[in-house]
Amino acid sequence: MQEAKGIVTGSLLPEPDTAKNRVWKRVVQNWELYLFIAPAFFYFLIFSYGPMYGIQIAFKNFIPTKGIFGSPWVGVDHFVRFFNSYYFWDLLWNTLSISLYELAIGFPIPIILALAFNELKGGLFKRMAQTVTYAPHFISVVVMAGMIITFLSPSTGIVTHFIEWLGFDSPDFLTDPQWFKTMYVFSGVWQSAGWGTIIYLAALSGVDPGLHEAAIIDGASRFQRVRHINIPTLIPTMTILLILNMGSLLGVGFEKILLLQNSLNMESSDVISTFVYRSGLVDAQYSFSTAIGLFNSVINAIVLVVVNQIVRRTNENSLW
Amino acid sequence: MTSAVKETGRDKLFLICNYIYVFLAFIIVAYPVIYMISASISDPKLVGSGEMWLWPKGITFEGYQRVFQNASIWTGYGNTILYTVVGTAVNLFVTLPAAYALSRKDFVGRNFFMGMFMVTMFFGGGLVPSYLLVKELGMIDSMWAIVIPSAASIWNIIVSRTFFQSSIPKELQEAAQIDGCTNMRLFIKIILPLSMPIIAVMALFYGVGNWNSYFSALIYLNDAAKYPLQLVLRQILVLQEMSAQGGAGMDASTASALNNKAEIAALVKYAVIIVATAPIIAIYPFLQRYFVQGVMIGSVKG
Repeated sequence: MQEAKGIVTGSLLPEPDTAKNRVWKRVVQNWELYLFIAPAFFYFLIFSYGPMYGIQIAFKNFIPTKGIFGSPWVGVDHFVRFFNSYYFWDLLWNTLSISLYELAIGFPIPIILALAFNELKGGLFKRMAQTVTYAPHFISVVVMAGMIITFLSPSTGIVTHFIEWLGFDSPDFLTDPQWFKTMYVFSGVWQSAGWGTIIYLAALSGVDPGLHEAAIIDGASRFQRVRHINIPTLIPTMTILLILNMGSLLGVGFEKILLLQNSLNMESSDVISTFVYRSGLVDAQYSFSTAIGLFNSVINAIVLVVVNQIVRRTNENSLW
Repeated sequence: MTSAVKETGRDKLFLICNYIYVFLAFIIVAYPVIYMISASISDPKLVGSGEMWLWPKGITFEGYQRVFQNASIWTGYGNTILYTVVGTAVNLFVTLPAAYALSRKDFVGRNFFMGMFMVTMFFGGGLVPSYLLVKELGMIDSMWAIVIPSAASIWNIIVSRTFFQSSIPKELQEAAQIDGCTNMRLFIKIILPLSMPIIAVMALFYGVGNWNSYFSALIYLNDAAKYPLQLVLRQILVLQEMSAQGGAGMDASTASALNNKAEIAALVKYAVIIVATAPIIAIYPFLQRYFVQGVMIGSVKG
C-alpha cells in the first residue's frame, strides 16, 4: 500500500520518482517503526555492544580509577600468562570433554524420544507422558542443583540407598572428580530431554501421510517406516541444532557447574567460564579474566563458522 | 496374506517395545518429583534411612512450618515476584514493538537492525566487561541490575517476528493504512489484540526465565534484603547454610532447634524446593500448549 500511496502523491506532486526518493518516502511514512525498534536498538547497543567496547581491557592493565579507555596497554601479556599457566590445559580439557559428553548423550536422546512419542496413538497416556517429561524444563537451575545434592547425598540420598540396596558400594558422586561429568550430563538429560522433543515433533507432524500409506502398501513394517521416513525428515532440524550446539562447545551451562562445584571435585569441574567468574568477579583480576573470556568467545565463533562451512559444503541445511 | 500377518506381529512387538520405552522415560522423570513431594511431608528419619521411597511415611508438616517461619524466604518470594513482574513488563515492552517493526517488509533498515541483533547471538563482550558496564551505570545493588541487562532476548524477538509475519494478514495492515491509520494506532488497536497468543507465549517464556534466574542477582546484588528467591534457595540448598548458621533472618531458637536435628534441615530442603517450584508447576499444565506453541513458532524459520 506504500506503493499505492506513492502513486497517489506522485500524481498530485510531479516530483522525480528516483529510487532514493522512494526509499526516503518510506522512511518518513513509517517513522513510528523507528520508535518501535528504539528500545531494543538501545538495549543491544548498550548491553551487548557496550561490553564489546570493554573487551579492550583484555589487552590492557585495567585500573578502575583510570577507566577502560585510560588504562595502560600491555599487549597480549594476559593471553600469554593464561596459555602458559599450569591450569590452561585442565580448563580446556574439562570444558571440551563436558561439552562433547553432553552432546554425545544429550543430542540423540530427545530425537529417539520424539520418534517414540510419534509412534504412540494419541490418548491419555501420550498426553501424560509428554506433559510430565516436559515439566522439568521449568525447574530452576538452583533447585536442580539442590535436588542433585540431596538425591546423591552419601548418607541420606535416595540414589545412594538404591545402589546399596542393589548390593554395591555407592561412590560419593558429589565429591569424587570421576563422577562429576556424568552427574552433570545425566541430570541435564533428565531436565531437558522431554522439552527437546518438541521441535522434532513439530517436524514429524509435517510428514506427508501419503508416504506412510505408500510404504504400508509396499509392506514396510513400522520400524522400517520410522527408519526410512521419519528419521530422514528430522535431518534438517538435527543439522541446525547440531551446528548451534557446536557453536557453544566452550560455553557449557556454567550456572549449574558453578552450583555443583566444590573444592573436592574441582579438578574435573573447573571449566573456562567458572574460572572467568572466579578470577574476574571474585578475585577482581578484571583484565586477565576478560582475556580468557575473549579467548573463549573467539573459539566459539570460529567453531560455529567452520562447522557451518563444512555443513554447507555437504548439504543445504546450513545456518547461513 | 501370510506375510501381512507376520508384519503385524513384528509391528506389535515394535509397538510394545515403544510403549515400554516411553513408560520408562515417564517413570524416570516422574519418580524424583513424586519422591520430593513425599519426602517433604514425611518423617525425616524414615526419609534419611531410605525407608520412605515412594509414598509419604510418618506424615509431618514440620518442614513447611519451618519454611513459612523463615523470614528470608518470604522476603525472597516478595522480591522474586517484584522482579518477575517488572522484568517481564520490560521484556514485553522491548520485544513486541521491535519484533513488529522487524516483521514489516516496508521497514527501511530492517536488515541492518536484524543483523545488528543477530551478531549478539554469537559474540558478546563477556562476563567482566558486562559487569563493569552495569557498575559504571550505577545499577549495582538495585532491581534495575536484574531487570535491564536482560531486557530482551534475540531468540524471543525472532519468534515474535515470525508470528507477526505469518499470522497477521497483510491485507489488514494495508487496509488500515489506506484508511489513514498511523503505525502506532495500527499496532496498539489492531496488531496487539490479534496477537494474544504470542503475547502469552512471550510473557510465559520471559516470566519463567525471570522467576528462575539467579546468576545476575548473584553478581549484581550485595544486600541480602534484595535477594530473589533463587538466591535464598542457593543458600539453603547448595551452600547448606540453613542448618549450619540458621540462615539469614532466622531467630535463634529456630536455628538451634535445627542444629540439633540435621534431619529437619533435610526436611526443610524438600519443603523449600516444593514451595519455590509450586507456582510454576501449578500453572504449567494449563499453559503447556502456549509454551509448546512458542517453541514451534520458533522452529518454523530461525
